Amino acid sequence: MMVPVSWYLTLAAALFVVGTVGALTRRNGIGIFLSIEVMLNAANLTLVAYARQLDQRTGQLLVFFVIAVAAAEAAVGLALFIAVFRQRRTIDVNRINLMRW
Amino acid sequence: MEKLTFFVFAGLALGSAIVVVVHRSPVYATLSLVLTLFSTAVLFVLLGAPFLGALQVLVYAGAIVVLFLFVIMLLNIQSEESAHGAGAQRWVALLGAVILFGMLGLGFWRGGFASVGPLTAESVSLKALAEELFSRYLLPFEIVGLLLLVAVIGATVAARRPGEDDEKSSDVPFEASPPGPLSVTGEGERFQGGTSS
Repeated sequence: MMVPVSWYLTLAAALFVVGTVGALTRRNGIGIFLSIEVMLNAANLTLVAYARQLDQRTGQLLVFFVIAVAAAEAAVGLALFIAVFRQRRTIDVNRINLMRW
Repeated sequence: MEKLTFFVFAGLALGSAIVVVVHRSPVYATLSLVLTLFSTAVLFVLLGAPFLGALQVLVYAGAIVVLFLFVIMLLNIQSEESAHGAGAQRWVALLGAVILFGMLGLGFWRGGFASVGPLTAESVSLKALAEELFSRYLLPFEIVGLLLLVAVIGATVAARRPGEDDEKSSDVPFEASPPGPLSVTGEGERFQGGTSS
């Protein structure tokens, strides 16, 4: 029995929304990063589902690139957190105001 | 059978994603993210993308999550008293999330869905994927390689401890370099390193 593509899309929307809530409400910098990974993952699921729906490979290749860029983003972002932590002794985003005003 | 697999792993992905968002301890949240990524990899395989499923497990659940755990343990982040923002912030975020979910659902469903045929050996073939990647998408592929190189260099520079490495990197070539104009620049580098540390 086939699973309709719309179910995958609904799941992806739910995952994306959960990630959004996390990115908006978490105060720990690492927690925000984890939530963004969940959102990226949901977007990837959408791309693969539409690649299946439209019977094209472009969506899958796009997911390939998204994974590569996410790896780069995680490496640079975590390095920045290490640098901030050295200066401020915290990565609580409510207490990091380097770029505010 | 396919439906059962879908429901089990969709439930796992959603449940563990919620744990990622609400759990106070960053280590548990990261380990829960592994479960989310793994369940999504299974769904990728169900959707006829076994290569992406393997890639997801190797790169995401393997490398990226290990990087997260490494940083969490390096910085020794304790679970915070309240991992989340104030009450008003939480409720506004939830309201926005519900609205966003409605909009996403509306967007997906308005597109309409043609019924999809069963997967064929041709549509999941890795060879066809590779041919397209290395012909039509060769330039983006190379750019992504360059981006990863830049990210590695950037991460190394950003995470470097200031001061300590400057002295090391300027001391060694200064002593090895012959006298002449080169040593002047070496002197200048050493001087700059000394002031910044």
